[in-house]
Amino acid sequence: MNSHALIPFLPLAAFMINIVFGRKYLKEKAHWISILAVAGSWVLAVTALIEVLSGRKFNYDLYTWILSGGFKVSVGFLIDELTVVMLIVVTTCSTLIHIYSVGYMHGDSGYYRFFSYLSLFTFSMLMLVMANNFLQLYFGWEGVGLCSYFLIGYYFNKKSASDAGKKAFIVNRFGDFGFGLGIFVIFLTFGTVYYEPVFSQAGNFADATVQFLGYDVHLMTLIALLLFCGSIGKSAQMPLHVWLPDAMEGPTPVSALIHAATMVTAGVFLVARCSPIFSLSETALMVVALTGAVTSLFAATIGLVQNDLKRIIAYSTVSQLGYMFLACGVGAYSAGVFHLYTHAFFKALLFLCAGSVMHAMGGELNIQKMGNLKKYMPVTYFTMLIASFSIAGFPGLAGFFSKDEILWLAYSGPSPVGKLVWLMGTAVAFLTAFYSFRLIFLTFHGKFRGTHEQEHHLHESPKSMTIPLMLLCVGAVASGWVSIPHILGGHANFAEFMKPVLGHAEGHGTHAEEWMVMAISVSVGFAGIGLAWFMYMTRPELPARISQQFSAVHRVLFNKYYIDELYSFILIRPTIWVAKNILIGITDARIIEAVVNGVPNSIAAFSAGLRRVQTGLMQHYATIMAAGILIIAAVMLLR
Amino acid sequence: MEQTINNTSGFPILSMLIVLPLAGAALILFISRANDRAVKMVGLLFSIATFALSLPLFANFDKTTHLMQFVEQHEWIPYLNMNYHLGLDGISVLFVLLSTLVTILCVLISWESVRMKTKEFFISLLVMESAMIGVFCSLDFMLFYVFWEAMLIPMFLLIGVWGGPNRIYAAMKFFLYTLVGSVLMLVGIIVLYFYAGRTFNILELTNAAYPFKMQLMLFWAFFAAFAVKVPMFPVHTWLPDAHTEAPTAGSVILAAVLIKMGAYGFLRFSMPLLPDATRAMTPVMLTLSVIAIIYGGVICLAQTDLKRLIAYSSVSHMGFVTLGIFALNVQGIEGGILQMLNHGIVTGALFLSVGIIYDRTHTRDIADYGGVASVMPVYASFFIVFTLASIGLPATNGFVGEFLILLGAFKASQWAGVLSATGIIIGAGYMLWLYQRVFFMETSSKVAGLSDLNGRELVALMPMVILIFWIGIYPNAFLSFMHPTVQHLIERVNSGAGQADILGLIK
Repeated sequence: MNSHALIPFLPLAAFMINIVFGRKYLKEKAHWISILAVAGSWVLAVTALIEVLSGRKFNYDLYTWILSGGFKVSVGFLIDELTVVMLIVVTTCSTLIHIYSVGYMHGDSGYYRFFSYLSLFTFSMLMLVMANNFLQLYFGWEGVGLCSYFLIGYYFNKKSASDAGKKAFIVNRFGDFGFGLGIFVIFLTFGTVYYEPVFSQAGNFADATVQFLGYDVHLMTLIALLLFCGSIGKSAQMPLHVWLPDAMEGPTPVSALIHAATMVTAGVFLVARCSPIFSLSETALMVVALTGAVTSLFAATIGLVQNDLKRIIAYSTVSQLGYMFLACGVGAYSAGVFHLYTHAFFKALLFLCAGSVMHAMGGELNIQKMGNLKKYMPVTYFTMLIASFSIAGFPGLAGFFSKDEILWLAYSGPSPVGKLVWLMGTAVAFLTAFYSFRLIFLTFHGKFRGTHEQEHHLHESPKSMTIPLMLLCVGAVASGWVSIPHILGGHANFAEFMKPVLGHAEGHGTHAEEWMVMAISVSVGFAGIGLAWFMYMTRPELPARISQQFSAVHRVLFNKYYIDELYSFILIRPTIWVAKNILIGITDARIIEAVVNGVPNSIAAFSAGLRRVQTGLMQHYATIMAAGILIIAAVMLLR
Repeated sequence: MEQTINNTSGFPILSMLIVLPLAGAALILFISRANDRAVKMVGLLFSIATFALSLPLFANFDKTTHLMQFVEQHEWIPYLNMNYHLGLDGISVLFVLLSTLVTILCVLISWESVRMKTKEFFISLLVMESAMIGVFCSLDFMLFYVFWEAMLIPMFLLIGVWGGPNRIYAAMKFFLYTLVGSVLMLVGIIVLYFYAGRTFNILELTNAAYPFKMQLMLFWAFFAAFAVKVPMFPVHTWLPDAHTEAPTAGSVILAAVLIKMGAYGFLRFSMPLLPDATRAMTPVMLTLSVIAIIYGGVICLAQTDLKRLIAYSSVSHMGFVTLGIFALNVQGIEGGILQMLNHGIVTGALFLSVGIIYDRTHTRDIADYGGVASVMPVYASFFIVFTLASIGLPATNGFVGEFLILLGAFKASQWAGVLSATGIIIGAGYMLWLYQRVFFMETSSKVAGLSDLNGRELVALMPMVILIFWIGIYPNAFLSFMHPTVQHLIERVNSGAGQADILGLIK
């Protein structure tokens, strides 16, 4: 057996050992087995990267999973350029976050449970990215969703946490509904669900149309959009974004790993993986680009006014995921995956810093009650500052390179909506810089606004937490350096590396235009930072005044455009009302049961009537008999 | 044409399987009422022995043929050409195994919860097992009918004697509902008997061709019997009452085996005997299935009673089964049969689990629960596995079944596929909501201090967990039983008026 199989199966083994023996035997030592497993996966992922860099690819089956008639699917692995990038992202972040969790979760009563879930998550995520067919992808897809459910609801005694976990799972099921149908259409079209034959034959169906629910639709558009439904759910795009902010109920390392760096990017991975299909449908690409751009802008506006430390970062994640879809939608898949890769570092870092802050603040999340933390937590402050610069696109940092590539390819690419989404993306860059630094200034600068008790307790986090911060900080600075654009004297190596899988998106514009796009995105970034400085450092009374002046806008943004309320009003409450009052109250109770109980009741009534004839009194029988004889005699006589 | 593989070893394994539980029941008759423990031990030993005896069916089954295997045939009432004729094929074999396994678990789960009339309880349980095995093995329609009706009696007693407060109503309802259906089937059987030349042999009946109008009439006569058992919408209302009132073992048998017999009836009789009517009625059956999936699911969202919720979820899940079966393609039917097995395992396990906690709290009201995961972590882990299998998470058995069914249904009718796929959203909704209200949040006063699973309960649940993952990870171990039989069935359904087989007979 090839060593690739061990990449996911090591964490699986760790999960099984921990879940069975953790509660009674391993207890506070439970992290060892999980960390060893994920570190082992990381080493193997690096060897896989080296293999692929040396020009090798792997595509093989382990065993046949389901066989029924013409339907056959295996558990198998495809190791190519896209897979190894995901492997590196997943195992690196996962390893660092495992280590961080040792400090963060120390003393928690469910310590073994936490590490089992992390291992199970790592296993599922690796199965997802290593799949060589759609069904195994779906397996990993649901698997990570399950772990997300467990970990969001980790503090299950809290109603809000268990609500959030359930919500994440169910909202995702809406997306998976489309995803599943997509797999059906793929099977019925290609007769297989393996990537390789599907992607190689997709071109033959470029102009095919099919009947879908009575409508004639373009086949590739149909498949692409159905698959994209899955992406919308998993990557928290509009209109299924509602679960991700609530997912912050989970422990912070989980927010970093699952709800920022890895799982939520699976939707982007899916689109990138299926680029041969998406590329055949201009409509689908446009939908992807616009969904991404609109979500990105929408989430960024919400992020402006939130006060919950983790939720701000969560909206920023939704927004950045939108960026990745924007890239894929203009055909720049490799730019999208590049942003996925840089984002993993700086966003995981932002969350882990937030966790460090919470650790010091005794679980406090409201940034209005913080301030001046830089004095107490220099490492956390410094690393979070770097991460914020990175996400704001400060030149030279990781976020700068990926964001710039996306904006340039949107601006210069062939997509009909390219210029529009570029404009939106630029606006988002401004907002991102603003809210990221609003967070920095409110949290780390100014005066401390919390309680005395909290202030007394402020401290830097232990080494097991700060070391992962520093390592991720290296990623947030340097991970972009692997792909420096041509105009800055680099070779755009990432896009080059990805070319065999994701194709090559070529921008059509002059060098001057490329400089201009870059200059604009950098300057709006600085403008955002500057405005945050002005509003929260030089004129700290200003934000309150503005929110009063525009209280309606503020209220809408603060309440997240009332989307949750809308869903509750148009979907959840009516469904339960129908269940209670129509299905149980009328159909079951009044219609079906009326027949069921009515038939025997009427028979009973009928026989009760009949029974009255049988009184048991001789005279009655004699009378009836006599009457009968008379009638018969009368009939005979009258005939 | 040879239609069966005769039992070469000469060992009448199927008869032994039917007789062994009866022998156990007879033995219990002679045990003193005071000796409770001996009654239970005999029940346990005989159910284990029957299970052990059924294992060779799994190991020795020839998966390359659709023909009947382990066949036994003896004259029964020669005057009417009724025979004692037993055999198994790829559709029925797994259900015999499921029946023998589930009986053991029912014995275990009733060990302490049944305190009154223990003797009669275990007799009923063993008689029940014997009748269930008989139903799946019968190759003579009259013999089938006898076993089919015989099942009603022990079940009627289980609900009516050891059930909850409203048990008499539920037992009567169950009995009458199913009896009305069965009587119509009996008429159908007699019609077939005369038309096909005085035979009850199912294999011979399958080879005859029936006029289309007659097929239609018979289809609906059989429908009356099978649809009630499944239960399909709109004849499902007996199920929630029966489940809610039945003792744990009764619910488990009902869910795991009894309601599978409706679907089995469609597969064994309606489809091969009446291929033209089956094809003609497909749209109706698919529609009813889709309604059952959505209706049963949505109704679960408003349930307040643990057992009632799971009962309604059965309506939804069995909707998937009939959906797959009447998709009339390989994926649909194989998925449907697998889902019958899955539903037996998962819903059986859910009822076992509910029984376990009911024994401790004596309440079925969901609102009384909360925070069980804090006090009974092991129990909570088992329950989440069953919950996830119920909502079809990949790596559990539910996924494989539902996926194949939906694929088959989508192939047969896009609308049916799309509408029923909403069932997976609704399913996640009610099951996770249930799990949250029972296991998460603050520990309720009724739950505080409960003891976690004991060894006996662990043993009762463990086989279900193993099966859930076994089928989920390596479903081919089970699907491979079905391939030739299902292939043959599909050919039969698509064979026009059965002409091909008649020609085959002459040759």
